Amino acid sequence: MRLSEVDYSDVQGLVRFGYGKMKEASYVHLRVKDPASARAWLRSAPIASAVAKTPPPPTAVQVAFTAAGLEALGVAPSVLAAFSPEFLTGMTEESRARRLGDVGSNAPAQWEWGYGMSLPHLMVMFFAESGRLQALIQDTRGNAWNAGFEEQRWLGTAELDGVEPFGFRDGISQPQIDWERRRDVTRPQIDYSNVVALGEFLLGYPNEYNKYTDRPVIYADSSSAADLLPAEDAPGKKDIGRNGTYLVMRQLRQDVRGFWQFLNRQTGGNFSEAERLAAAFVGRTRAGDPLVPVQQQPIPGIGPDAARIRQDQFTFDKDSMGAGCPIGAHVRRQNPRNTDYPGRPTGLAKLMTLLGFGPGGFQDDLISPVRFHRILRRGREYGSDVLPEHALAPAPPNDPERGLHFICLNANISRQFEFLQNAWTISPKFAGLTGENDPLAGIRETLPGCPITDNFTVQKDGRLRHRISGLPQFVTLRGGAYFFLPGLRALRYLAGAGASDT
Amino acid sequence: MILAAIDPAREAELRDLLASMNDAPGRVNADNALVPFAQFDTLHFARFVILDDKTLEDVRVYGMPVRTYPLYLAFLGDVDGDPDAFVADLAKRAAKGLREIFSCCDGFTPHTDLVVWMRQHSCPPAANYVNCRGRTVRRVREEAALKDALDEYLRIHAHALSGLPPREVFTRLLEFVNTEKAAGRLTLSEESPTPTAWWIKNALHLIGVPVLVLLASPLLVLIAPMLIFRLRRLEKTDLELCWRVDQAHSDALAVSEDRDVTNQFTAIASRKPGFVRLWTLMGILLTIDYAARHIVRRGRLGRIRSIHFARWVLLDGKRRGVFFSNYDGTVESYMDDFINKAGFGLNAIFSAAIGYPRTNWLVRDGCADEQKYRNFLRRHTLPTQVWYKAYPELTAVDLERNRLIRESLESSSMSEQKSREWVALL
Repeated sequence: MRLSEVDYSDVQGLVRFGYGKMKEASYVHLRVKDPASARAWLRSAPIASAVAKTPPPPTAVQVAFTAAGLEALGVAPSVLAAFSPEFLTGMTEESRARRLGDVGSNAPAQWEWGYGMSLPHLMVMFFAESGRLQALIQDTRGNAWNAGFEEQRWLGTAELDGVEPFGFRDGISQPQIDWERRRDVTRPQIDYSNVVALGEFLLGYPNEYNKYTDRPVIYADSSSAADLLPAEDAPGKKDIGRNGTYLVMRQLRQDVRGFWQFLNRQTGGNFSEAERLAAAFVGRTRAGDPLVPVQQQPIPGIGPDAARIRQDQFTFDKDSMGAGCPIGAHVRRQNPRNTDYPGRPTGLAKLMTLLGFGPGGFQDDLISPVRFHRILRRGREYGSDVLPEHALAPAPPNDPERGLHFICLNANISRQFEFLQNAWTISPKFAGLTGENDPLAGIRETLPGCPITDNFTVQKDGRLRHRISGLPQFVTLRGGAYFFLPGLRALRYLAGAGASDT
Repeated sequence: MILAAIDPAREAELRDLLASMNDAPGRVNADNALVPFAQFDTLHFARFVILDDKTLEDVRVYGMPVRTYPLYLAFLGDVDGDPDAFVADLAKRAAKGLREIFSCCDGFTPHTDLVVWMRQHSCPPAANYVNCRGRTVRRVREEAALKDALDEYLRIHAHALSGLPPREVFTRLLEFVNTEKAAGRLTLSEESPTPTAWWIKNALHLIGVPVLVLLASPLLVLIAPMLIFRLRRLEKTDLELCWRVDQAHSDALAVSEDRDVTNQFTAIASRKPGFVRLWTLMGILLTIDYAARHIVRRGRLGRIRSIHFARWVLLDGKRRGVFFSNYDGTVESYMDDFINKAGFGLNAIFSAAIGYPRTNWLVRDGCADEQKYRNFLRRHTLPTQVWYKAYPELTAVDLERNRLIRESLESSSMSEQKSREWVALL
């Protein structure tokens, strides 16, 4: 069977582009005031697709819905029920919050938004080249918008030129989506690849298990469904999920002053030492260079850009003890760059490994294969930046809040974002460690079964490790929600929901 | 495992009793008045679970009548040494509480002899896995105390040790440990010798099972083609029952999960009908049990390093099976481990359950249909009413690290390389 091409005109642009050239961005959280007007606005909304244009357009508008939002729009309960359980129950459900580490000062009840009535129905994202954002927002809104929505809050963003608030180059490592659907995932993956199956980031296509992730598919029994694309795995059915994906949003407040002041205290006021320790926390230098050498052998999905190769063509295979890059460093937790088998065995060795008689090192098999847990990051910073050198000064009165509007895209929230957050970011037991979690993005609250979460260990080659204790929490969660970012046909279908009643 | 049918009139009372052993859902009071688990120093894990199987109707897909089974109460403990001694100890220390609990079961009267009754209701597993055979609760606790003492010593003296070569670090820490031992602040007990009877039994099992298989091999060779032919046909026609579970069911399970770094898991299912499935299952369970006992590496079930104890038990004339385990991490990461690291073994066993995702040659596919598999298992998962772990906060990997740290301290010679590896464990 010939695999059908991805119809870029049906995919929201954010999946394919980070809109990096559009330096301005703003997100608005809306609640549906009048469903009919809301649907009318959505049907004619100028949502940008993933079709590449030359020259690139100066602005883009994107839209995503929470489960409550779909319900408010009048989407049929039977359709709604087929979305994923994480999306339907939401980020704030108590057991889920516990798993995600959203407890104590990070608990949903403490959030600025996303909990109870502060949960938005939908989010509209505006991206624009410098100076064009306000005009874009003005032009996009209109009578239907005003009648249909209540604007809950505007989340502004800041352009920090690829440097996140702590002062590190950001956004270097991203998975490369296999748009052409050439990746063969049916065999165990022995070598690390940065190319990830399309179905990990878009619903309606095979994922890394070569399966179609569950999503709503319906019989084309109404005219409104006629425009939907067919479901590849369910002949005769229409796919509401196709070309859509889930969007996870978390507002992360970053204590930049606290971060650098702590490092400075740890290193006795020697700032270059503080920078070195900060690099150990992150797993990269401030300029973005990895702490382990890049390899000669190409990695699929990294390059051909030379700068990218220089900073991203590496794995931790030759650094299993963490002497180069600490095992618990942020980038190593977020992407351990491992494969289906430790040590990349072939032939008989592979069979022996499969049966549990591989090399048998203490570190073997402690980390799940990363290809099932990749996310596509699309977040933006907010607030004014403060240089690390200036962060040592005490905060002036009314020091503005700064941080990251973390946004990631994934087809399976529980297997991708939630797994990453639970098993890698906040787990004090990651990779055989204990008493520490992500030095940057982790939390220092007592977690179930883990009274100590405030250590960080820098492993040394042939020497006793250096262990730092008493890490403060540098990142606090201020809000969050799970959204569905529909394909454009699905958007029209959802916006037509309940239309016959009105 | 003790298995007893619950008196239907007393079910609600039993549920209340079991709930009274917890401080909160999923959090047992280890010193509860009914069974004060913490007093039993050979007990690793324990659970009370009501085997309330909501999937009994699944047999209808094979045109079989839905059977009604008694509602069972299962009581499991993973203990060091002689299980009979543990049962006797239980009857001594927790007689009142156990009598209260078991009085909700059929045939238990105020005059029943508790020990005799528990023995009569004991139900052996078809296969059993222990993360590290011979590692006692006492040993786990002593080694954890050793690790804590080393951590504390290093917290204070790290500066003085940080530049030293590994062998020197080792020697200094060994001195520290010896001082602590001499002062009675640390104890690293000698293991009491394994009883000779155990060795004999183990050796007989080690040799006996292969001998029996060898003896039966002519017959096995004879029936194998037919068995395989039939199994392949069944694999292609058996129905999958893998729909998403009711959210309320899932939420109810989640309430008692992730209260520690380790979690409990209990799942029940009906077996597919027919002798082909039965024999295949028995063969696989025998193999797993044998491998877990004699072949697998310490601390690993195949490639999985997150399971402390696990067992498979067959019920009701082998018509139903229950799987119990104690694993580290969330249920998501547990499923992930199974699918990505031990899918073949998982398929071989669970494909005998009605509705399991379709396998191919018994070991392929199946759980590789990841979402169907997760749905299947979640649907068959039971809430565990009471669950106890003797060493909260410690994962199986923690236990392995602590064991390695201790063993090196007691080894007679430490090479340069071994010292490096040892220092890296700290």
